[in-house]
Amino acid sequence: MRRRRILGYGAACIGAAALMLFVGWWQVDGPGAPEPAGQLPIPLSAMDFSLTDHKDNKVGPGTLVGRPTMVFFGFTHCPDVCPTTLSDISGWLDDLGQEAEELNVVFITVDPERDTVKAMAEYVGYFHPGIRGWTGEEEEIAKAANGFRARYWQVPTEGGDYTLNHTSSVFLFDAEGHFVSTIDYHEPREFAVPKIQRTMKETGEAS
Amino acid sequence: MKNMIKNSLVTLVMAISFAVPVLAGSEDVVVEDAWSRASIGMSRPGAAYMTIRNTGDEAIILTGLRTDLAMMPEIHQTSTNAEGVSSMAPAGEIKIAAGGEVALEPGGLHAMLMRLQRPMTEGESFLLNLVFSDGSEVMIEVPILGIAARGPEG
Ligand SMILES: [Cu+2]
Repeated sequence: MRRRRILGYGAACIGAAALMLFVGWWQVDGPGAPEPAGQLPIPLSAMDFSLTDHKDNKVGPGTLVGRPTMVFFGFTHCPDVCPTTLSDISGWLDDLGQEAEELNVVFITVDPERDTVKAMAEYVGYFHPGIRGWTGEEEEIAKAANGFRARYWQVPTEGGDYTLNHTSSVFLFDAEGHFVSTIDYHEPREFAVPKIQRTMKETGEAS
Repeated sequence: MKNMIKNSLVTLVMAISFAVPVLAGSEDVVVEDAWSRASIGMSRPGAAYMTIRNTGDEAIILTGLRTDLAMMPEIHQTSTNAEGVSSMAPAGEIKIAAGGEVALEPGGLHAMLMRLQRPMTEGESFLLNLVFSDGSEVMIEVPILGIAARGPEG
């Protein structure tokens, strides 16, 4: 019995240490960390890339100028972050209702090797109809990611497969194509939706 | 003895009230709110989520997963760094303190289901075994929700 109690205290100590480590991580590396300066997306008008949307239309940064825009990078073989973010985005768009129609919402793949136009079409079909999926040549994807200052790289997994690490923030741009802010991975809806509305309003006042 | 009966009763009550029946294995483990997302075909990995509670008075260690749905089921941890880059890695062994719980939820820990043996179809469910360090296993039934599901309620 006494040994059990000691074990219990041990577990509590490990728990406390883990909590401290977690708090440290949260503030230094985690979502609580300050945004690094100098890594903000450039204006859409200064970007240069050419991709194909899930309906087989040629698209590029110019397609987005004129309306406020929300962009997210990911890939369809992503089991956790991407479906979660796309369903978060779908929820925000549901909340916005009619307003959502005034917004460009684009999911750009960082896995053009597997994400063909057909694969993107099928995938985005499961989420809010306002979400469009863009894919294309590897080089063009790289140019796009560079403009948004988004990063991604392949990580091999067992059995010759691979997954990708990638920037999971959602980027918000005003109608003139200027970067406004990001919505971080899994930001609660009560913060995300007003952020989108502010981005849209900013545009309305400017024009 | 009295304690044992109490524990069994707790497990039984939990099993009924949470609709995620604990079918076999370690009697101090209670699994709640298990859910997963449907897959598109079989080429993409799936993910399942749940809360695992240890109602016993000794720590337990979750060492792995077993299911006939996937050849390589593994517990993974998603993390997002200061630059906003998300990555995923095997979580290794997971210790659950006496009376403690561990949540497998989007953006954190997840049961990663690699090399699916059949598509995960919305409305169906699959059996998943949680394997613990003492060799015991807990079998749970995981409902498969839509691809755009956000939580156990859909
Ligand atoms: Cu994973």
